[in-house]
Amino acid sequence: MSNITDLGVAQLRDGVRDGAFSATEVATAFNDAVAKAKPLNAFIVETPEHALAAAKAADDARAAGETPKPLAGVPIGMKDLFATKGVQTTAASHILEGFTPPYESTVSQRLWDAGAGMLGKLNLDQFAMGSSNETSYFGNVISPWRRNDGGNAPLAPGGSSGGSSSAVAARIAPGATGTDTGGSIRQPAAFVGISGIKPTYGRCSRWGVVAFASSLDQAGPMARDVRDCAIMLEHMAGFDPKDSTSLDLAVPKWEAGLSGDLKGKRIGIPKEYRVEGMPEEIEALWQQGIAWMKDAGAEIVEVSLPHTKYALPAYYIIAPAEASSNLARYDGVRYGQRALPEGANLQDMYAATRAAGFGDEVKRRILIGTYVLSAGFYDAYYTQAQKVRTLIAQDFENAWTVCDLLLTPTAPSAAFALGEKSADPLAMYLNDVFTVPSSLAGLPAMSVPGGLDKSGLPLGLQIIGKPLDEQGVLNASLAIEERAGFTARPEAWW
Amino acid sequence: MSVDTATVKKVASLARIAISDADAERLAPELNNILGWIEQLGEVDTANVEPTTAVIPNSLRLREDVVTESDQRAAVLANAPQGEHGFFTVPKVVE
Repeated sequence: MSNITDLGVAQLRDGVRDGAFSATEVATAFNDAVAKAKPLNAFIVETPEHALAAAKAADDARAAGETPKPLAGVPIGMKDLFATKGVQTTAASHILEGFTPPYESTVSQRLWDAGAGMLGKLNLDQFAMGSSNETSYFGNVISPWRRNDGGNAPLAPGGSSGGSSSAVAARIAPGATGTDTGGSIRQPAAFVGISGIKPTYGRCSRWGVVAFASSLDQAGPMARDVRDCAIMLEHMAGFDPKDSTSLDLAVPKWEAGLSGDLKGKRIGIPKEYRVEGMPEEIEALWQQGIAWMKDAGAEIVEVSLPHTKYALPAYYIIAPAEASSNLARYDGVRYGQRALPEGANLQDMYAATRAAGFGDEVKRRILIGTYVLSAGFYDAYYTQAQKVRTLIAQDFENAWTVCDLLLTPTAPSAAFALGEKSADPLAMYLNDVFTVPSSLAGLPAMSVPGGLDKSGLPLGLQIIGKPLDEQGVLNASLAIEERAGFTARPEAWW
Repeated sequence: MSVDTATVKKVASLARIAISDADAERLAPELNNILGWIEQLGEVDTANVEPTTAVIPNSLRLREDVVTESDQRAAVLANAPQGEHGFFTVPKVVE
């Protein structure tokens, strides 16, 4: 049999169920792979004992003849934005270093209830703010991929879910959780040649997820293929009374509903997504994606989303504004780090704690958010951005009158080298140009690998769907996956 | 609209983040660059457009006003940088 760590979520689940291998063998194989992959810096905390305990429970249940749990035998990585009871949860920040939640996030609890085990807490951009995983207090995550030019320039795994993308691409985790505020699942998935879906806003509970921008934050799975994502999403989504924006809807059987047959589906191609300076290879892959959609039986329709160019600036008002409010809770009083200079009063303590505890990008966004919400500017910036958000959502609603799904590239480039964009915050923000509009509209959207560029790096295609049509998004993504035949993987150097 | 170092310091003070003069000087052009870029939103005609607050239609639920968890004081205080006698403690605020 092939190496256990080469198997994905569905194969591991089925293999343990059929007795091809034990859950303990699976957990041990992945724990060992994680322990060997330190140079990737994908994990902040490793929890081999958690993975082994879940595996033992799965093996014991099987020996006792019990019906296996849906994710029995599957160990996963947990983005360190999800609170995990008794396991340090930092959001990759210094200010939360040492914070050990006395509670479990709803999404992680659902995964454990389904039988999954945890390999560890995955590194990310600090408070999920970043597109390259260079803002973590615990160091950069390195992509397992390298350019085929013989150079060893360390590449960005994307962000903010960069530990998740790096770990899944490197085969040290079969699947991982991610969160997506403006593209933080989809862009890293595209950068490393894996799949990732952000469901409709409200599908996954935000309870116990460290908040960045509450009107945008959504959890979702990242895994090697569409089926694995469907399986994981079924066990992450669902109504939670503890989240006021949680949707009170049954979770569909997405895995059972998978079909790459797109007959009768109309796929929209938004003309505004053809941006200046986009590499020809991305345009070529997009055209290839259109051909694959036709081959799967879909009809192609050109559509217009006229407010697309305003999505990024609106996002960079709304997200920092919400972040400045959400991050006010880090005051050095109730949890996390405290800085108390000699003779400091309470206000000095707050300011010193936050100066020492937040990284540069987090401070930058808090300052922008505070500025756009401050007296005299609120209407010009924040209210205007919220109105533009309405127009962006209306663009999509208009598109749905002529098509069922949209096909776009996921990111405007392949993975860049670490350090290449970190000096210019604005250049970094532009990475999210194709992922932010659907986030602002709360729509389900998925990235799947489409091919490699001339440097041998993965490129992703994005499918965007109507609210609650995760099935349509998964199916169109599956149609791409079936035709792309993407089997490239990074050669292990770590 | 341009942000000067005095404005950066004022905003940082509102956000309760201590910054040095050097930080303020470094941040002013960075923030101006970003704010200059987001100002393009001003060109969008938003007359008669309602601002979006909830992206997916959803009504806020009410629940019974009952205690769902009790006796969690130790858990709540467990992560406090400093706690005494079952309370969070901070530098003296009253002389």
